[in-house]
Amino acid sequence: MSHIEVEMQQLKAEIVEMWNLVSAQMKTAMVALAKMDKGLAKEILNNEKKVNSLELKIDRDCENIFALHNPVANDLRLVLALLRINSNLERIGDIAASVAKFINKSDGFEYKGLVEETHALEMFEEACDLVDDVKASFETENTQLAESIFKRDRTLNELNKNARAIVIAHIKKDPENVESFLSFLAIIRKLERSGDQSKSIAEELIFFIEAKVLKHAPKAEGNKLN
Amino acid sequence: MYKLESKNVDFFYGTSQALKNINIAIHPNTVTALIGPSGCGKSTYLRLFNRMNDLIGNTKINGQVLIDGDDIYAKGVNVDSLRKKTGMVFQKPNPFPKTIFENVAYGLRVNGITDKKFIEERVETSIKQVVLWDEVKDKLKKSAFELSGGQQQRLCIARALAIQPSVILMDEPTSALDPISTAKIEELIYELKSKYTIVIVTHNMQQAGRVSDSTAFFYLGELIEYSATKELFTNPKIERTQNYITGRFG
Repeated sequence: MSHIEVEMQQLKAEIVEMWNLVSAQMKTAMVALAKMDKGLAKEILNNEKKVNSLELKIDRDCENIFALHNPVANDLRLVLALLRINSNLERIGDIAASVAKFINKSDGFEYKGLVEETHALEMFEEACDLVDDVKASFETENTQLAESIFKRDRTLNELNKNARAIVIAHIKKDPENVESFLSFLAIIRKLERSGDQSKSIAEELIFFIEAKVLKHAPKAEGNKLN
Repeated sequence: MYKLESKNVDFFYGTSQALKNINIAIHPNTVTALIGPSGCGKSTYLRLFNRMNDLIGNTKINGQVLIDGDDIYAKGVNVDSLRKKTGMVFQKPNPFPKTIFENVAYGLRVNGITDKKFIEERVETSIKQVVLWDEVKDKLKKSAFELSGGQQQRLCIARALAIQPSVILMDEPTSALDPISTAKIEELIYELKSKYTIVIVTHNMQQAGRVSDSTAFFYLGELIEYSATKELFTNPKIERTQNYITGRFG
């Protein structure tokens, strides 16, 4: 194996480690939200430091590959894609941390009914599945799986839209608890954004594997993939 | 119209075929990089454009090589006139054992120019074009061998420019130079592009990426891929090209 191949293998292994860490953070956050468990929330916030330091390490390793190996063609596309995927994953990690902070700050307000009514856990599960599926797409270089993410992100968008209407109705009914409702709505929005991050990762994978740029593609072009 | 063109070109050294059916068309005022492993035919291809291969015995060419639409291998072509159109720069700087001034004036003198003022002006312009004037203007009467390798190579380019060619052929022009001299030559190539059509053979992939508009990848005498440099270095269409430029060849 050539020197650059060794460096690329290490970089891929690091990004998979980042993926596993972020995926675990999201799954823990889902359980923590279901139980409003402050112990699990603390665990997530501790692990967040690991996510941040791994992001910095991957950034630095990408910089080194650019500077020392001058990658071209598929090597170049891989390093560019991994650099951006790294940032997407870190943001998904931030979303898990936001859920943990929400749980920590919850002040005895009963969210259970709202969680059920808005299908928040269903959204969470789908967000976690998207993270795992883009990872599988990366590991197997399966662009069909990556393309399927675009359609599934729309499910999250729909759930977000419905949840918003439900929360607004609650605010109207119970304006005294408006702050608690808005905090909850912020979490729902973040889950929706986690889907956007997975979608961006899928775009990067298609760029790396097929050299197609889908970012900012007109809707008609995006639809071809759906 | 294309500045340089080869149509179905085969080239043979004796019975050994060095180029196989090469079709390339090069626009004026562009830089084209020829890349490929040693022995792939890229230097042979470069030398087709000034008929330098004619100097090697027992060679044969099929097909057409055109400059400005004219077949330069057609009967009756004056090779001396052709070579005035095509300046060449080699791997190692090869100044003549003459003064700095006489090196640049040489091409003019052998072409029968005797007007002293004209020669002086042309020498100065050519040396200025290669951004060497400030470094040598006070020692034009000194031997060219007193210059550094990088300065000698720029002097050789000035020598090629003095006869006012429209094409510059460069055969690994920076392979013997340090990074600073290399950067100066690359900068120069970029500057010269506005007036000349440049073809450069290089083993340095990054250099091909930095200086050229189009890149042609040769392998075993065949043209494997020829496309815009940006395209070839980000998304080569042929796997063999990808393996070569990423260093995973063989």
